[in-house]
Amino acid sequence: MAGTSANFRTPLSRARGLGAAKHGAGHFIAERVSGIALIPLALWAAFSGPMLAKGDFASVSTWLAQPLNAVLAGLLVVVGFFHLRLQIQVVVEDYVEGFVAKTGLLLLNLFVCVLGAALGLFAILKVALLSGAL
Amino acid sequence: MTLAPRRLNPVPLHESLRNNESQMTEASPGVRERPLSPHLQVWRWHVTMAGSILHRGSLIALYVGILILVGWLLSLAAGPDAYASYMGLLGSPLGKLVLLGLTFALFFNLSSMVRHMIWDVGKGFRPKFADTMTIASLVFAAVATAAVWLIAASTGAL
Repeated sequence: MAGTSANFRTPLSRARGLGAAKHGAGHFIAERVSGIALIPLALWAAFSGPMLAKGDFASVSTWLAQPLNAVLAGLLVVVGFFHLRLQIQVVVEDYVEGFVAKTGLLLLNLFVCVLGAALGLFAILKVALLSGAL
Repeated sequence: MTLAPRRLNPVPLHESLRNNESQMTEASPGVRERPLSPHLQVWRWHVTMAGSILHRGSLIALYVGILILVGWLLSLAAGPDAYASYMGLLGSPLGKLVLLGLTFALFFNLSSMVRHMIWDVGKGFRPKFADTMTIASLVFAAVATAAVWLIAASTGAL
């Protein structure tokens, strides 16, 4: 497998040891690492959801105020946005042509993800710190 | 001083032009011809392709999903009234349909990630095994989605 694909590379490209984009290994690794971190977080979220669906405001607030739940929810939001930002960036880079459109969408993606993570963290902290005090 | 034109291609020009007529790619002189990237229209539909497209689709769905999650957290932070109306939105038939789709997207993304990690370490490229693994990731997503929604039904959340 590796032998046949290597036949299509020029000697110069093999000597440089970089792909067509000249970078991207860090992006690829960050995607994989955050993806691994999200496996337990996503499973926790998927099985917490049904338990919380029927709860009223007070019981759900109490649940989120518990340290473990607050921390896991915070990690889910931060790592989730980090991961999705990297993944959606690749989708934009693959399909969107034109410098202005591409750069605009990449910036929008970054800003949406940072804003979303900040809002999510603030909401979790507010519920966790205030509900605990009540 | 005049420079002689540099010939990268040892093949005579008229001959290389004739060869190019039958070629799909325009390789630069002296460089071996590269394969064209596979394209939707010329590819037979197969399961790993469907899995790849669905993986990307699930990613875009989860982008919406995490924004819905942040909205839920914000409504909880905003107080009982905001929380009740947001839960009313999620509990509506359309809201439940969206949540059902997001549950599937979440589990399919998860199983696809594991599938791709197996490929990333260089294993599982035999077509039959790759197909089986893709079908398995779909089956896992369907079963896990059913499990979550059965749990939800058993707690009376539906």
